[in-house]
Amino acid sequence: MRFIFKTRYDQDIDLVKHGGQRFWYSVLALALVIAPWALPDYWLAQLTFILIYGIVGLGLMLLAGFTGLFSLGHGAFLGVGAYTQAVLASMGWPFPLSLAVTIVLSAAVGAVVGMPALRVKGIYLAIATLAFGFIVEEVLARWESVTGGNAGKVVPSLDLFGWKADGAASFYLVCLACAVLSTLVVLNLLRTSTGRAFVAIRDSEISAQSMGIHLARYKTTSFMISAALAGVGGALYAHQIRFLSPDQFGILQSIDLLLMVVIGGLGSIHGAFLGAAFLITMPQLITLGKDLLPSAIGQATGLQSVVYGLVLIAFVLFEPLGMYGRWLKVRTWFQLFPFYRRGLFRRQKAFQKSDRLR
Amino acid sequence: MSEALLSARNLAVRFGGVLAVDDVSFDVRRGEVFTLIGPNGAGKTTVFNLISRIYAPTSGSLAFEGQPLGDVAPHRIATLGIARTFQNIELFEHATVLQNLLIGRHVHRGSSLWRELVFTPSVRAAERATRRKVEEVIDFLDLQHYRDTMVAGLPYGVRKVVELARALATEPKLLLLDEPSSGLNVEETGDMAFWIQDIRDDLGITVLMVEHDMSLVSRVSDRVLAMNQGQVLALGTPAEVQGHPGVIEAYLGAADDASSLRRPEP
Repeated sequence: MRFIFKTRYDQDIDLVKHGGQRFWYSVLALALVIAPWALPDYWLAQLTFILIYGIVGLGLMLLAGFTGLFSLGHGAFLGVGAYTQAVLASMGWPFPLSLAVTIVLSAAVGAVVGMPALRVKGIYLAIATLAFGFIVEEVLARWESVTGGNAGKVVPSLDLFGWKADGAASFYLVCLACAVLSTLVVLNLLRTSTGRAFVAIRDSEISAQSMGIHLARYKTTSFMISAALAGVGGALYAHQIRFLSPDQFGILQSIDLLLMVVIGGLGSIHGAFLGAAFLITMPQLITLGKDLLPSAIGQATGLQSVVYGLVLIAFVLFEPLGMYGRWLKVRTWFQLFPFYRRGLFRRQKAFQKSDRLR
Repeated sequence: MSEALLSARNLAVRFGGVLAVDDVSFDVRRGEVFTLIGPNGAGKTTVFNLISRIYAPTSGSLAFEGQPLGDVAPHRIATLGIARTFQNIELFEHATVLQNLLIGRHVHRGSSLWRELVFTPSVRAAERATRRKVEEVIDFLDLQHYRDTMVAGLPYGVRKVVELARALATEPKLLLLDEPSSGLNVEETGDMAFWIQDIRDDLGITVLMVEHDMSLVSRVSDRVLAMNQGQVLALGTPAEVQGHPGVIEAYLGAADDASSLRRPEP
């Protein structure tokens, strides 16, 4: 067990809390940087996808995990980002410029979609964002002059002022840079007053308001940042997948994204990336497992959906804190060995809240 | 001492057919502890919710430091210098005590979103200053031991103190306490009384509270307002109000009422 003796407030403000963290994150960074030379192309592509989905997950985590607003329309933000990037890239815009436009546009769309969040919450907000998702999917399919409609749109390779990131390795490094920057931005946000305002809104709107937090402004901000991150993910997704069609950004994509943050662990930054890793590797694991199953089950269509559903139910029932929550428990078990108690992480029943004010 | 910090004039609020607050007027003077008492449903908490603009009055007006509160948005109330606690504790459950108190400093934040995203040195300086202020409150209320504990795991009595601390972290001019002693044991109630006195005397904060525990009320209050069924019964020092016949009637019933409850002689 590590005991940190704190002598300065900066120790609570700094992102890296102690030497152990510094060491392990350096190891992780090193492993990620040398990955293109160490991994075969197939797994490098998977890792790229994990980074891309991790960025989108960060956005959704900020919204769902830290502000408490659930969106069933995040696939649409991904779509807005992907198509904006595709259109601008085929017009020959260099990547940083087109990415900036993508971020601004996604954030603007996020602000508009955030409007209902000012009035409704919980399941009603989920339905409002779900409707938005359908609208975007329909627009992408019908606006053929720009999006190519259901025939799809081919995306040119990424262009950094003349330097083409068309190889798997170079594109992976661009994604890595974007993921690291996005993570830092979100971490910075969470350790300042805006991030704390998000958490306040999640836990109790009424007392957030009485602490002087402008609910409408912060909910909109959260939606905008979340959508902007989804847009960044979408832009990278467009370059990675090279061919866009509207059905990639429908309700299934949105559900996958929500599944990702819930399984990863709501309210943790690690959870976004753990969830992304789960979402990307699970289909491969299912494919590998197929041959071991009797053919009536193994070859059945919809096996993947069933497995996803079961895993989600299992997480909600047995580990509501997700993969990151499980990791925390395992770590604590080792740290406290042999003094770990079963009830250590059990949440105490919340005391009665003043529902009359809702 | 005589200057009115908060003044209510002919406040009334109606929920459907119920007149929850009916023509209530009072002045809270700067630097005093002013207590609202009354039986359940008297409209005390409703008055609090009117002051924090969670409800809008049907008629009547409120003014804080001479400024009418009629068109102030709910989140602006804290900026004006009014902080409150809730009857059934409304803390940020899934955050530590420290984070809760830092949220209390929200009205004093000095950084913009853009600078926060890149965490400029000025943001760090602001965070340090925020933390220093929060530590003052932690020292004042002896919360050092719970600084990094999640609120969800704290006992009820401590949560009550954390909520008080969070309200103090906003550096208010007027502190609204909704039943500060409810759910506390005798010892904790005693501590609460000392803190309320310290808040008035050392920090110079005016306190408006709703309270049922009459021993606490008479210990700390400068003036007491008794309410029943939305109306003002009596206003004065604790002793005056406790001796007021209308107050005794509201709590215990009139002297001749009891005769009708007596079992008839066989």
